Amino acid sequence: MLHIKPIVVALKRHKAGTVLIALQIALTLAIVCNALFIIQQRIGRLSRPTGMVESNLLAIQNRWVGVDDNATGPLIKSDLQALRQLAGVEDAISTNSFPLRGGGWSMGVRHDPDAKKPVSSAAIYAVDDHALSTMGAKLIAGRNFRSDEIVWVEQKAYAASPQIIITKALSDKLYPNGSALGKTVYITDTARPSTVIGIVEHLQVPWSGTWSDSFSDCVVLVPTQLTGNFGSYLIRSKPGQLAAITATAPRLLIKNNRLRTFSRDRGVRTFETVRAQAYKSDRGIALLMGVVCAMLLAITAAGIVGLTSFWVGQRRRQIGVRRALGATRHDILGYFLTENLLIGIAGVVIGALLAIGINLWMVTQFEMARLSMTYVAAGVVALLLLGQGAVLAPALRASRVSPVEATRSV
Amino acid sequence: MFAYYLQLGLRSLQRNPVLTALMVMAIGFGVAASMTTYSVFLATSSNPIPQKSSQLYAVQVDNWGPEDSDKGEPPDSLNYTDAMALMAAHRAPRQTALYPVGVSVVPDDQSQLPSPESTYATYGDAFAMFDVPFLHGSGWGAAEDDAHAAVAVISRVLNDKLFRGANSVGRQINLDGRNYRITGVMDSWDPQPLFFDAVNTSGFSDPVQIFIPFTRAVELKMATAGNNNCNRDPGLGWDAWLHSECIWIQYWAELPDRAQAVAYRQYLHGYAAEQQRAGRFRWAPNVRLSNVEQWMDHLKVVPPEAKISLLVALGFLLICLVNTVGLLLAKFMRRAPEIGVRRALGASRKTVYAQFLIEAATVGLAGGALGLLLTGVGVLCVGLVFDPQIARLATLDLSLIALTLLVAVLSTVLAAFYPTWRAAQVQPAWQLKSN
Repeated sequence: MLHIKPIVVALKRHKAGTVLIALQIALTLAIVCNALFIIQQRIGRLSRPTGMVESNLLAIQNRWVGVDDNATGPLIKSDLQALRQLAGVEDAISTNSFPLRGGGWSMGVRHDPDAKKPVSSAAIYAVDDHALSTMGAKLIAGRNFRSDEIVWVEQKAYAASPQIIITKALSDKLYPNGSALGKTVYITDTARPSTVIGIVEHLQVPWSGTWSDSFSDCVVLVPTQLTGNFGSYLIRSKPGQLAAITATAPRLLIKNNRLRTFSRDRGVRTFETVRAQAYKSDRGIALLMGVVCAMLLAITAAGIVGLTSFWVGQRRRQIGVRRALGATRHDILGYFLTENLLIGIAGVVIGALLAIGINLWMVTQFEMARLSMTYVAAGVVALLLLGQGAVLAPALRASRVSPVEATRSV
Repeated sequence: MFAYYLQLGLRSLQRNPVLTALMVMAIGFGVAASMTTYSVFLATSSNPIPQKSSQLYAVQVDNWGPEDSDKGEPPDSLNYTDAMALMAAHRAPRQTALYPVGVSVVPDDQSQLPSPESTYATYGDAFAMFDVPFLHGSGWGAAEDDAHAAVAVISRVLNDKLFRGANSVGRQINLDGRNYRITGVMDSWDPQPLFFDAVNTSGFSDPVQIFIPFTRAVELKMATAGNNNCNRDPGLGWDAWLHSECIWIQYWAELPDRAQAVAYRQYLHGYAAEQQRAGRFRWAPNVRLSNVEQWMDHLKVVPPEAKISLLVALGFLLICLVNTVGLLLAKFMRRAPEIGVRRALGASRKTVYAQFLIEAATVGLAGGALGLLLTGVGVLCVGLVFDPQIARLATLDLSLIALTLLVAVLSTVLAAFYPTWRAAQVQPAWQLKSN
């Protein structure tokens, strides 16, 4: 085993350099741990499924111009008819919102209309009987809406639907010990009950922000077509036809009626774009943190290489003397590696405390989760390995110092 | 002497190109990361209307009660009933209720498609309150508000597009199939954060293109294009909704001095108390009056991403500096014999200080130049992390360029203090002897 005591004694003669390397390791560990944790959290968000089959899906956000809210019903009907007949289209629906759209409508779902607090919030998608096939949502119990159940109503005149389809997550929240199928719930605070006629495996709410995390997979489908100025069309293309209908569908709609607008950046989007836009900041932050981590590790490694090289240069004569007195190359190499390990351990101990401290502070400031100790442990190992890797080159150079150096320039 | 030390510094940097490159890169990356994130932070936390931010107040009246409100805070928006009561009372010198409406300009040319434009429904006071600059004409007045008149104020951009830049005051613009008479054309006006409607825009949006009278918009039953929040089912139809407790209106009052602000707060309190007596509010008056900066704080318009990335970048810069201290120490101490000779030949500690700090400053300058380049790249990449409405605000302007260089040089010189002090401590006799 290597002798640690002489190394510690020697380090005392290089207090400044030792402290600087330890400090750098500590700060790097603190930031890298937290950055990796943020990356993992963000990536976790953006890999959440929507519950839809996302390929071959086109979303068009439509806004009528100068049409009375009540008069849009026939226009939407005619749009839907035209879209469903368009070459390359598998199916299409008109809906108030869809997963990851951004804006939408949420309501509190209750067992009892008089209950003060709802059991859960849930997003409402007002759709027709083509919704499940267009979205590609999987019905796991009960049945789909029938076409005779669909009602057309102005948005401000919507009253709770008698039949609803809900997601499994919402069903589990409402009835933890069984299924909500066939049960009666209240989706508004009026006394109008809704019967759950079907349960879909999964559907996500329109929002991707953290505020909706508590009900991110609680969705209610209602057999209603809302008339009004705003609305979206979800269109499923036949395989390989997505690019074609992305061009033809908006043209068809404008030909059908030109008094409409598609918003500039959210008007006509493939679902791939919808997803990219919804998670843009999550992806961006993850990317930023990744770049910062990589640069930090590189800079810390460079700092270690620089300072150790300097020490090796300073101690060439001492190394020569040790070699002349019988130390092997291996001993010299071991000396520098151990020295770095000691500094590294001091650095990671401080760094781990700092990482936890920073995280605790961030928890209070930014509604973040607690740092998992796995990240600290992984960071500690990574930085110790980085230190050893960085010190290797100068240490090897030191080990090649010839014993003759001892005799030079004395 | 300065020029000579600069020359020496440059020569010394050339002697250890790898070490120099390491330092320059550390400083460059650290400064660039900090400056890029700082530009976003600065853009999102700036005061959108500095000359009047202490005179404009956002009004909150708790019409939901403690049960439905968030930690005792009144809702961020007003319902129609309260907004209209405050407008009618007219207790501030100027005031406006406002909300965003989804409106499209319908071109005369039948072959052209309508285009959606960012539009707000306000009262005529809004233009004077928000210091809206006019290129032609002006806003509308109280008479038009009272008459629910079909008038509009349009932006310069829209005027250029529709009227090829000609003075369009008095001409008609077709919004959603209805004609409005243009009373004024705004000059370029783009306050960011969009303080008067930070609730619906989260603070940032593209510039407003059209204003129309609030009274007109309500008469035409234009629903809000922003958020509408209800604590109870509003009932069926437009009128039920209008008279419900659903909140969707922003309300601003201009109160030029403290006394008027105090008086207005008292008035609000009195109004809420009256509503309580009438049985509409079943809770004690809970009202807020926040000036622009307080309102921006309350709504947290600075995105958490901007804060987190600025903090991470500053931590990054700190590490880069610690790294630079270490590398400079190595570099300077390697030249201990040289320092010994200089000192022995009569150089004072002070001149050693000067020489090494100047050498460090040259490293800082080089790092700053690299940092500037990287900041430019960084600002271009802001769009990867932030929404386009925020990304467009982050720009590499002259003050940011100056700040980047300044931060680079200052922080490097700061980092150089300790290594320089060590260099100045070199004992000439000991150095000469040991060589």
